Amino acid sequence: EKADPQKTAFLLRKAWTLYSVTPLYGFRRGRLRDYARLLSAFIAAEKQKGLAVEVGVELDIKVALSSLADIRGSEQDQAALLVQLSSRSRGSPRNSEDKPVWWGWFCSVFGDELSESVPEHFTCLPLFLSHGAESYTALVGSWFQKTFDCCFRRLAISPLNLSWMVAMWAGCKLDRAASAVELVFSVPRLAQPLDISYAIHPEDAKALWDTVQKTPGEITQEEVDVFMDCLYAHFHRHFKIHLSAAKLVKISTAIASAHCDGIVKILHSQYLPGVLMLLTELAISQIQ
Amino acid sequence: HLATSLPLPSERDHLRPRIDLIVFMIDLKSKYSLKNVETSLAYVDASFFLGKVCFLVTGVGRVNACSIEMNAVCKLGETYCSPVLFCELELEGIRATTAQRLVRILRICAGHIPGVSALSFVSMMRKSDAD
Repeated sequence: EKADPQKTAFLLRKAWTLYSVTPLYGFRRGRLRDYARLLSAFIAAEKQKGLAVEVGVELDIKVALSSLADIRGSEQDQAALLVQLSSRSRGSPRNSEDKPVWWGWFCSVFGDELSESVPEHFTCLPLFLSHGAESYTALVGSWFQKTFDCCFRRLAISPLNLSWMVAMWAGCKLDRAASAVELVFSVPRLAQPLDISYAIHPEDAKALWDTVQKTPGEITQEEVDVFMDCLYAHFHRHFKIHLSAAKLVKISTAIASAHCDGIVKILHSQYLPGVLMLLTELAISQIQ
Repeated sequence: HLATSLPLPSERDHLRPRIDLIVFMIDLKSKYSLKNVETSLAYVDASFFLGKVCFLVTGVGRVNACSIEMNAVCKLGETYCSPVLFCELELEGIRATTAQRLVRILRICAGHIPGVSALSFVSMMRKSDAD
């Protein structure tokens, strides 16, 4: 299963909700078909109990588990695991296509720090990304937790980490016209909540980062601070508002966008491993 | 006495009582508060750094809302040889305990506690550096 951009194309341009997952106990890569059957039965049983998801049309949920072999960083990383839920309404003919309704995938990109510290029989896939109804996420999550004795937690992204992301991604080289670099701030302690959106031309942002970064391939906290301070100073000059006193809640670049509630959208396949590596790191630090 | 930054307005110098302790407040959720404190430190007379300055860091309860790196704050404490107190002022119980701590420190700095002076804080800081 070599690098197939078609296979990973579905990962782009979707809003993924992030979770950190503790290592899975007793997971066997060879049993994916069995797991799919068990999960399918679990979902059907929960629906019978009345914990149904969709009201209205009777839906059969089909479960498919597969490995995404090229989504990994080092040799130590486990290949990513994809769970896909599709529906087919009971009324429709046999040969009609299944409609995908939910995706969830586990991955580890350079998660060696974690995988090196776990005992045998544990599989490390610390980052989980889901897209689709929250109720399906809860069902799949509880099955995995019961079956592999693991724990899912929403992964929030702090303003500190968001500023790392915007500095890193704004500095990436892109061949074609890129979209603006946008930062969204939320102003605290006001009667009416106020959001400030600060959009910067991508070339200006990259030019600024290039003057700040000393060693290509390496980024330090100081460099991120200088980059952000320049943006804050520029904004203050024009609007007399100290953005550094507000809370950075969302950043958007041509590479990817990220929200502090732990929601990311990856827009560029070339930088997919880089983004996943950063998110894996965040997931691991939440677990430890 | 509360001030948003230093230096204090000079017009009221003659009315001001003696200052025994300066508490610099840093909110981990606001990068601006750290910058403000760093700028204000320049206006403090060197004699205050013999135990009459401390840093009060709030916002530790919400790691996910952090805009400042913890290292930066600890380094500040080391550079100015002054204690760094961590708290979460948004919680009422912790607000009360923090206030009590500050009053205890203030009493020592004001010379109200016999046998203990502000210089004790300095030697405490030195000891933990050596560890």
